[in-house]
Amino acid sequence: MNYPLHLAILVLLWGYIYTSWSLMGRLGLVSFGHGAFMGIGAYTVVMLWNHFGLTPWLGALAALAFAAMVAVLIGYPCFRFRIVGHYFALVTLALSEVTRLIIVALRDQTGGSLGATPNGALHAGETVALGAVQFSSKEVWLAVVAAFWLGGLWVWRQVDRSMGRFALQAISEEEEAAASIGIHVTRAKLRITVISALMTCAGGILYAQYQLYVNPDTVSGIAISLQMVFGVIAGGMFVMLGPTVGAAFTLLLAEGLRLAFGNRYPALDTTIYGVMLVLFIIYMPKGILGAALDAFRRR
Amino acid sequence: MSDVFDVFLLEAVLNGLLLGGLLALLSLGLNLIFGVIDVVWICYAELIMCGMYTVYYLHVQYHWPLVLAMLAAVALVALLGLLLHVLVIKPVLSAEPINQLLVTGGVLFFLQAAATLAFGIEFKNLGVTLPSVRLGEMSFSGARMIAFGVALAGMVALYLLLTKTYLGTAIRAISQDRQIMPLMGVDPARIFALTSALGGALAGLAACLLVLQYDIHPAIGLSFGPIVFLICVLGGLGNMLGGFIAAFIFAQFIAVGGFFFAIEWGYVIAFAFFIAVMFWRPRGILGK
Repeated sequence: MNYPLHLAILVLLWGYIYTSWSLMGRLGLVSFGHGAFMGIGAYTVVMLWNHFGLTPWLGALAALAFAAMVAVLIGYPCFRFRIVGHYFALVTLALSEVTRLIIVALRDQTGGSLGATPNGALHAGETVALGAVQFSSKEVWLAVVAAFWLGGLWVWRQVDRSMGRFALQAISEEEEAAASIGIHVTRAKLRITVISALMTCAGGILYAQYQLYVNPDTVSGIAISLQMVFGVIAGGMFVMLGPTVGAAFTLLLAEGLRLAFGNRYPALDTTIYGVMLVLFIIYMPKGILGAALDAFRRR
Repeated sequence: MSDVFDVFLLEAVLNGLLLGGLLALLSLGLNLIFGVIDVVWICYAELIMCGMYTVYYLHVQYHWPLVLAMLAAVALVALLGLLLHVLVIKPVLSAEPINQLLVTGGVLFFLQAAATLAFGIEFKNLGVTLPSVRLGEMSFSGARMIAFGVALAGMVALYLLLTKTYLGTAIRAISQDRQIMPLMGVDPARIFALTSALGGALAGLAACLLVLQYDIHPAIGLSFGPIVFLICVLGGLGNMLGGFIAAFIFAQFIAVGGFFFAIEWGYVIAFAFFIAVMFWRPRGILGK
């Protein structure tokens, strides 16, 4: 019973994080730096709890404030100086590597590449430690991540219906033209970036509290940033449930192959996944769900 | 006491210089590809990894002489570059630019995982140790000095190829104006393919130099790939001279920063410097 539940939690959690990323990605802001926001969320909360005993409830506030600050610090100059396309992708890539390296370099506090475990707060027989946000019951976690996932979809819908979305779409097509008809380019981009960063940061916090383990390579850095980008592309960047489909697809592919072959072929899933990504981007740029919806409509 | 300190600082600076030569070579192929085809190969470092494995297997498993194994690696990675262009880049050349970046990201995943599948995650070492060179109280790794020399020679060769030959002139012309050159009788498809093979060959050359210094493992691309991209962007994507200068700046930050603090802090300072420069010159130091 626990295993399907675990899978469901991971699908919804990553679905939420991918949805947060695609808020920016689908409007032409392809960020390779979201690993930074996830890492900030996960590590700020765990470090404040371990070293100062600060409850994750307050730690989360600190992490969100920190993530928003970093988003503005990187986003404002990027947008002000028109860093777009390849350049934006590579500047944000630097951000996520800086985050990973700082976590590794502060190894005396963070445990470096070995990762860190939040100090346990669950006493024998308890399933919930509310103050420490540690729950041993998977049902509780399913409810929590489902709530966040629904919240993420709600934000997606709100953004989709807002004037800001049309402004950003115009910007992504022709930035000068958009500016010339009175769209405040920097402000419009910055707003969506901060929203996306805050949501990703919250995803990092949830991930750390659910796994009760953080590692610089699994919550920050280029690998995790690429994972987000490509999960969204696989599922479909332009439809609401696309990122979630991407999360489900990648996770089920990995788990399915693991069940079929055991651990004999350790990287078989990523090998297949890599080939599929190339094929998707060439032949099916709208992703699985996008292409499926198109096919359905055409009938 | 302060004398000793200065000698070690000088050693760090000189080692940074040696590292700079290697990084400059790494950035060269990527800049060539971007300058001509307008595509960023995110999987560039993974191509280098393929070259490193080629050298390792041919030399250690099949007992080829080292030089022959290295030549084979250069040829193989050149072929990989060509295949990458024909199979992966070509179909998306007219798509949105960001798709071209992303599609090579898929190749990155594929190559990294395929290497894990084929070679396992163990660190592999070529087992060739070159003597280090002592200069007064300082010592320098022989492999690094060779890498520096070959990197410089490779860059000069590329410069001559681009400025003195017909092919080079055609490549430079295409990079300046993609629309007009076909009218002048230059076939862009052929030039793109040749440039991709050339970029691959440069990656293969870099692989031969890296394999002398570092252990090989499937994730090695991620350890130097990001640095190479940042160097290219810092210098101005597609600008080879800019990449050259940026490589030496970056290497000094890594070497001297690593000397005063821990090695990761060297990287952190270099990356922070990169972000700061991007706000001052968004198109890179020598960018247009």
